[in-house]
Amino acid sequence: MRLSVSHRTTYRFAEPVRDLVQSQRLQPADCENQRVVDWSVRAEGGQIGAGFRDGAGDWVQTLSMRGWVSGLTVEVAGEVETADLNGVLRGHRETVRPPVYLRHSRATRPSTGLRRLAEAAVAGEETGLGRAHALARTVTETIVYSPGETDAATTAAEALEHGYGVCQDQTHVLIAAALTLGIPARYVAGYLFSEGGDAMAEASHAWAELFLEGLGWVGFDPANACCPDARYIRLGSGFDAVDAAPIRGVAQGVATEYLDVEVNVAQVQQQ
Amino acid sequence: MSKAADPRYFNEMEDGGAVRAPYAGLQDWMQDMPVELRTLKQHEAEKLFRRIGITFAVYGEGGDPDRLIPFDMFPRVFSADEWRKLERGIKQRARALNAFLCDVYGRGEIVRAGRIPDKLVYTNEAYEKAVVGIMPPKGVYSQIVGIDLVRVGPDEFYVLEDNCRTPSGVSYMLENREIMMRMFPQLFQKNRIAPVEGYARALKRTLHSVAPKKCDGEPCAVILTPGHFNSAYYEHTFLADMMGLELVEGQDLFVEGDFVWMKTTEGPQKVDVIYRRIDDAFLDPLCFRPDSMLGVPGLMNVYRSGGVTICSAPGAGVADDKAIYTYVPEMVRFYLGEEPILRNVPTWQCARPDERKYVLEHLPELVVKEVHGSGGYGMLVGPKSTEGQIEAFRSKIEERPENYIAQPTLALSTCPSFVEEGVAPRHVDLRPFCLVGEEIELVPGGLTRVALKEGSLVVNSSQGGGVKDTWVLAE
Amino acid sequence: MLSRTAENLFWIGRYLERAEANARLLEVGARNALLPNIGGGYRNEWESVLVAGGTYAAFREKYGDAVQRNIESHMFFDKDNPSSILSCVTAARENGRIVRTAITGQVWDALNGAFQEIREMQRTERSQLPLADLTDWTMRTAALVRGATQVSMLRNDGFQFLRLGYAVERADNTARLLDVKYYVLLPEVTYVGTGLDNYQWTTLLRALSSYRAFNHAYGGEITAWKIAEFLILNTQCPRSLLSCVSEVNESLDVLARAYHRTTGAQTEVRGMLGELAEARVDDILREGLHEFLQRFIDRTRRLAEAIRASYLTGRIA
Repeated sequence: MRLSVSHRTTYRFAEPVRDLVQSQRLQPADCENQRVVDWSVRAEGGQIGAGFRDGAGDWVQTLSMRGWVSGLTVEVAGEVETADLNGVLRGHRETVRPPVYLRHSRATRPSTGLRRLAEAAVAGEETGLGRAHALARTVTETIVYSPGETDAATTAAEALEHGYGVCQDQTHVLIAAALTLGIPARYVAGYLFSEGGDAMAEASHAWAELFLEGLGWVGFDPANACCPDARYIRLGSGFDAVDAAPIRGVAQGVATEYLDVEVNVAQVQQQ
Repeated sequence: MSKAADPRYFNEMEDGGAVRAPYAGLQDWMQDMPVELRTLKQHEAEKLFRRIGITFAVYGEGGDPDRLIPFDMFPRVFSADEWRKLERGIKQRARALNAFLCDVYGRGEIVRAGRIPDKLVYTNEAYEKAVVGIMPPKGVYSQIVGIDLVRVGPDEFYVLEDNCRTPSGVSYMLENREIMMRMFPQLFQKNRIAPVEGYARALKRTLHSVAPKKCDGEPCAVILTPGHFNSAYYEHTFLADMMGLELVEGQDLFVEGDFVWMKTTEGPQKVDVIYRRIDDAFLDPLCFRPDSMLGVPGLMNVYRSGGVTICSAPGAGVADDKAIYTYVPEMVRFYLGEEPILRNVPTWQCARPDERKYVLEHLPELVVKEVHGSGGYGMLVGPKSTEGQIEAFRSKIEERPENYIAQPTLALSTCPSFVEEGVAPRHVDLRPFCLVGEEIELVPGGLTRVALKEGSLVVNSSQGGGVKDTWVLAE
Repeated sequence: MLSRTAENLFWIGRYLERAEANARLLEVGARNALLPNIGGGYRNEWESVLVAGGTYAAFREKYGDAVQRNIESHMFFDKDNPSSILSCVTAARENGRIVRTAITGQVWDALNGAFQEIREMQRTERSQLPLADLTDWTMRTAALVRGATQVSMLRNDGFQFLRLGYAVERADNTARLLDVKYYVLLPEVTYVGTGLDNYQWTTLLRALSSYRAFNHAYGGEITAWKIAEFLILNTQCPRSLLSCVSEVNESLDVLARAYHRTTGAQTEVRGMLGELAEARVDDILREGLHEFLQRFIDRTRRLAEAIRASYLTGRIA
């Protein structure tokens, strides 16, 4: 499937800020699941530099702005050819060893509830893949999709207590639950094409990858109760949402930030 | 000597009543010094230390932040022969530790070979995912390696721990010498003592030698400090001064384009090498702790893309972790194909059930340490502890076994020291500072710490320890 | 050099000059307090000292009545008062500690010595510390540090930033002292030119260590005209506004040559220098001394801001 992406992030500051710097992970990596046909990241007035491919195989670059700024727009646009490999990540070049992803972060810290959830979910499952599917299914059933109930800082344990959340929370819960079972797991940020075209907010998406012996990294999307297929574009990964964030930035100043994100993913008709 | 030597401990000055050769030059000096002169000199030394402002704030103790570390005027002496062996051992260890770091952030051969468990490395808190795949300039992660050594016999040295991040104390090594030379010049005429003053030049050379490839021309190196509230701030200013480098805080640096820049009165100036004295977690809020105010946003991206060198490299801490420590002799064999010259102290990992069992059964004899602790805190010295203290530690170990290791209580050597009653033996350790860059260098000397309390085996300055000048006699 | 280092040096100069100015202010207050209270204007001479120092409200809040003992505590030893002599000396020493490598051992010894001494004084029974001793100590200490900078520091850019701090602060202080005398100290216009007025002017000159210099330069009756001439325009008087601004200008010139660039700071100081060089006392008095001084104080603030923006932030302004 060929997908086109336009992703515009607009920042407005109530008062000008100084020394704005962003670390961006906005470039999909080539692998068997996806091949980048065309891609660009632009930010007017900003300087892009210090780019490198990190150990997890993702391209990271740095945006810096000189002097005082009162706003910024980061525009991402491009086309990607995707394939459906049943969620299995293939041909992705990375050097971080899977056991590294056995560590939990603030967001994926284990709790008694998470341990119980995980143990109950996988009871009776014989294979690694079976356990992973069971876990993902349980998370889908346990964490009801409900925007506005949680925020960016909500942890997996908290989301489980509430019983609802958004894709970020569902993903955190899945990772945290997998970690309690000793399964390496990580957070993936990316884009999702939805056929109805009505789920625009969901076009910027997140899911989890679990490392399974014999298969490698396999994606699970608890929000949509499926494994990533040709509708998914993978941007980058990390321990949790903060670590995998497509944009991490800071600036000097106390001004309130207004943030507007607009993502559009469409299917390109093959000629 | 005022007291008979305790036969349980190796006395570095006396052996069976006879003065050991390295200390021969100190015998007369010690005997000829009347008490009044000694008191006078001690005051003079203290005044000098205070005047140059070398002070030390004790973590978490409050009180006077301008407290001095007690300086003991009685030097600690090594013969040229003793030092030669130590030097070889220290350099060997520093090389192995760096090879290990390059390996575990690269191909991980030592893990693949099954010589060290993968989880111990990859799930270690000090293992930094953000630097996986980096080969820093000259293949050096830890440019300044501080190796803590204790001695238990004429020829028996043990490595207590390695410090691959940013070992402190080198300013004491240099200032102690400076003050001794000022107060007792005749001692330096009579004894041929190898100079340590080359350290600053060697450190600068080391820093310059690891400049990134992108740097053409004379590299600009700076020292990055958390600020003047840090307990080692004096050392930061001292090193900046000795090397003629700028001492910067995070707020003095910023990232623009491909590089890190320093804010100067003449505008931005590119920085090539950062000798940082702040922890990994605070280096860059865009990579590590988002709330860090001490770091430089974007610094890690510049580092990763080869625009700047950070010394020591982020992630170097995985090599000096107390759980990894056990495997350092294995690293020496694996990477260098040599037998380790310096020995490790036998260590029990409380995480392993059988070893934990042994530890819990022998607590009164052992020293128990926190895996990630430092500065002599969170530590149990079995033989010197009350039953209550031991029981308190027992429950801590049972609660979080993976957090503790245990070692036998070592019979730390003693060195004569000036105390209230005159001269008496006190336990000492040694921290030499090995520099690793284009070349590997070790100045002849180090920081000798001394437990000034009678019978105490804890030499940390935060626990009432003092410092001594450390001599290496020239050939 | 590092912008932050330059900033620390700049502030060492400012704090020490401020400490000295406070001591002078205390002295003015003490001498004026020797006069019988003639009522009107500020209730007593001490209050006017507080108004001049800009801490009147904070003082009332903490101490209530403006009696000498409280004023001394407030202006000398009070940690809560950011411009007390203790606060200034502590801050100067703290700035010095941060840039320990940018100053000489001699300067550090003087700064650190001052800090140790004032801490010692804090512990001393107050009855053992007459006001004159406190103010003398401050002047002596300030002179010692300044002397140390003069004889031991390299004449590099760091030295210029230190000197800039001193000169900017001194310009501000002279203007404020002068303004206080003219506007605050004097209870009613009818006193102008009377014996009381003269006494106050004399006190002011004494406090500025300028009484004898003034007599040499002018002699005879003290008049507002002569005072204004002396403290604003006379380049022989080291505390005159023109002298201070010239000094700022010289330092900024040195920096412009060393860095091969001129900045907003040079533009600002040249504007001030131009105005002062052409000013005549009659015009100043016609404008109103108070108005003139307020305008000057404001421009000094802008000058300090321009210096900061041009050199102390690390970005070319």
